[in-house]
Amino acid sequence: MNPEDRLSAPLVLEYPFTRTTGPVIGAFMTGLREKVLLGIKRKDGSVLLPPTEYDPETSEDLTEMVEIGQSGEVTTWTWVQEPRDQSPWNSPHALAMILLDGADTPFIHAVLVDNADLMRTGMRVSIKWKEETEGHIQDIEGFIPEGNGND
Amino acid sequence: MTEIQIPSSIRNLEQVQSVRTPIRMEYTFTPGVAAQTYLREFGNKKILGNVSPVDGAILVPPRGADPRYGVLCDEFVEMPHTGHVGSFCVTNVPIPGRELELPYISAWIFLDGADIGFLNLVAECPPEECRIGMRVEAVWKPDDEIGMTAENILYWRPTGEPDLPFDEAGVRGWHVRKHGDSDA
Repeated sequence: MNPEDRLSAPLVLEYPFTRTTGPVIGAFMTGLREKVLLGIKRKDGSVLLPPTEYDPETSEDLTEMVEIGQSGEVTTWTWVQEPRDQSPWNSPHALAMILLDGADTPFIHAVLVDNADLMRTGMRVSIKWKEETEGHIQDIEGFIPEGNGND
Repeated sequence: MTEIQIPSSIRNLEQVQSVRTPIRMEYTFTPGVAAQTYLREFGNKKILGNVSPVDGAILVPPRGADPRYGVLCDEFVEMPHTGHVGSFCVTNVPIPGRELELPYISAWIFLDGADIGFLNLVAECPPEECRIGMRVEAVWKPDDEIGMTAENILYWRPTGEPDLPFDEAGVRGWHVRKHGDSDA
């Protein structure tokens, strides 16, 4: 068969899932809606972000949610020059592991700068909220270098 | 359940209970030789099956192989547009993204002469009257709307002919129809 005679068609697979959140992730999402970040405390006093219902090492119930800072440090990062169609971001950005003040685990989010030269490991960044929040991880638009006029 | 302690900043607010997590994947589907052959003829209102080189079993739609033996099937045979319901399910609960009027019947259709069935809709039949062994025929789209797509057949409707005996319907008929087996 000649390649030009080959049949081909778009195939879209789509599931409109809604996930129930439970008391811990629900509180985390509620915090996002209110522009507050919540982690959860382990027995040794360290704080997990995002929070989990159970200790990932001991499986103990975790119950004490605490508010953590809205600025932190980039511990590692990669540059995304061409975001894919379904990326929440449509311009070049960094994807970074960010260790927020008061948390002991870094979490992944975007750092919104114009080019990779503005990125370095150890840089301080602070959160940029969307104006309208609804209780979703995308209520965080991203992080920007600290002291760039973010309120 | 263990009580979760929440900071005062959000304690007395309505809590988020669910979050949207849609998944969407976009593929380009390129059918293989058997599926291409099938689709081209389906665009001419013909239904093709594969003939197993091992025992002559007829597999519809053709996949180019007999999965029971792992052998290639390159012989095609044209199938009639009539068959029977091998088994079925009545759906009463709407499914997001599916715009069919409720209730609807999904059935395994076994074409006359075929040894396996395929899933399709049955209509022009009240759900309570649908039954295993019921004889059906294809209802095609108008000729000017026929293309190389599974949507060519709108649904299957009862022919009114006498049912196939229950024991010969669907996969139950496999042993009755067994090909090339003198013990059958």
